[in-house]
Amino acid sequence: MLDITLRHAFPGFTLDATFRAPPGVTVLFGRSGSGKTTVVNAVAGLLMPDAGRIAAGDWTLLDTERGIRLKPHRRRLGYIFQEGRLFPHLTVRQNLAFGAWFAPKDAPREDMGRVVDLLGIGHLLDRRPGALSGGEKSRVAIGRALLSAPRLILADEPLAALDEARKAEILPYFERLRDEVSVPILYVSHSASEVARLATTVVALDAGRVVAQGTAAEVLGDPAVLPAGAREAGAVLTARVLRHHDDGLSELDAGGTSLFLPRIGQAPGSTLRVRIAAHDVILSRTRPEGLSALNIVPGVVADIRAGDGPGAMVALDTSAGRVLARITRRSAWALGLAPGVAVHAVIKSVSVAPSDIGGQVPVRPEHPPI
Amino acid sequence: MTDWLGPEEWRAVALSLQVSFWATLVSLPLGILTAYALARWTFPGKQVLNGLVHLPLILPPVVTGYLLLITFGTRGPVGSILADWGIVLAFRWTGAALAAGIMAFPLMVRAIRLSIEAVDPKLEQAASTLGASPGWVFLTVTLPMALPGIVAGTILAFAKAMGEFGATITFVSNIPGQTRTIPSAIYAFLQVPGGEASAMRLVIVSVVVAMAALLLSELIARRVAARVGGA
Repeated sequence: MLDITLRHAFPGFTLDATFRAPPGVTVLFGRSGSGKTTVVNAVAGLLMPDAGRIAAGDWTLLDTERGIRLKPHRRRLGYIFQEGRLFPHLTVRQNLAFGAWFAPKDAPREDMGRVVDLLGIGHLLDRRPGALSGGEKSRVAIGRALLSAPRLILADEPLAALDEARKAEILPYFERLRDEVSVPILYVSHSASEVARLATTVVALDAGRVVAQGTAAEVLGDPAVLPAGAREAGAVLTARVLRHHDDGLSELDAGGTSLFLPRIGQAPGSTLRVRIAAHDVILSRTRPEGLSALNIVPGVVADIRAGDGPGAMVALDTSAGRVLARITRRSAWALGLAPGVAVHAVIKSVSVAPSDIGGQVPVRPEHPPI
Repeated sequence: MTDWLGPEEWRAVALSLQVSFWATLVSLPLGILTAYALARWTFPGKQVLNGLVHLPLILPPVVTGYLLLITFGTRGPVGSILADWGIVLAFRWTGAALAAGIMAFPLMVRAIRLSIEAVDPKLEQAASTLGASPGWVFLTVTLPMALPGIVAGTILAFAKAMGEFGATITFVSNIPGQTRTIPSAIYAFLQVPGGEASAMRLVIVSVVVAMAALLLSELIARRVAARVGGA
């Protein structure tokens, strides 16, 4: 459990954030300029904040009140940078071994062979970074951080520089990291789908402040937060694969409600997260008939938030979980929507993008109040 | 080769190589330190240091030589202290090496500084997050990545030291076997009748050494670039 309190004044921007990172992946989520990278750099020691405390148990990285400011090289972190930052004059093997060489001899460390297998980089070991593709560089950067025997892994938008295909290639490695490696991960992202897939805990930042924290379902399903803006909004459902149908659709069970999605890779019985974008959800007061959409989920309005423009964000509690719908304020008024009103959410099955379907869901951590 | 060059010419060549070798070797660590300080640190007096380093490039060499003489001569403020320890620079080959080293220093520092500035500080940050202390960051990232510039600067300094004349002759005079380097020997041969042939042979040696240095630096730089560039 990592406790972080930071305060730092930049010209025109003040960071003032307090949050906790339990084991698993804690995603710092927010639009660019919200202070995510500043937080990670302060944790890494690359930025010394005006005031703050960063500690996990009796392991203190920073405590300005007690005058503790550990230098970056004494923090034992694995920092995965957005641009990879591999050493161009070293081979992949030497890059991977770099951190391990400086780690204390008695530190618990990952086995090089296991990490190389996990990331599928065995055939690259004798090459230099200049000869690697973007996706390969990303995987080596992950391996290098992992092999430095870190007590915490930091990842600053490690996928932002990659195209969609490469993102889809790398994301599963982070899921494996989360599920197979015990080191906690602090992960910066402005992508709702990355949050939906990876996060054990989400810390939403806006203008240097923490505006919400909780599980992905809690934070992404809260219409008051929307850290990435209304366009990116979408709730996360946890669903179990029931069966794959012959017509190319997969049937999932989300809390007793059937969901039909385009064929997904996971085997029947596996559990996964599905992110439903708010703009792909239509609301109806009565159960619609004669509609082409396959997924009709009954629910009750929990909250309505009017935006600055013509839109409104409606949060529904359904048996499948929290669902967000982005509709116009005019429609919300015409339908007479208010908290407690029963509606049906209509979700077009084709609208769920493959990138929004994640692998297995980690055990839900306890969230102590802060 | 020893037959082709007369004994006096041969002595000048050997002395020049000796002087340049030591001048370059001793100034290299100092040059790297100065270049690193100028490239990466901010400290009061940085511009003064920068100016001092570059001064020999701008001053007339004779002036530099004279300043060396009044500073490091046996009655100069530094020279007298060194003389107490039994170290005499004036009119010795060690003095020639000091003059050559100081004259070559700005060229060496410039090349190394540029190559250190070209090393992305983000890579140094990455190394520090991986547990490398500042000293190790320098040894494992900055130094190897700046290697092409360091090699170029070293060879440039060596070539400059081989050709140094003005400061050397002012500071340590032109003593055969002690301070008569190739340029001083060429000058001396041209002062006496019938010395043209000896002077010409030394000119050829100078050109060959200079060309060899240039080719060597090119070759090494290309090798290093290939290593850093991938493949």
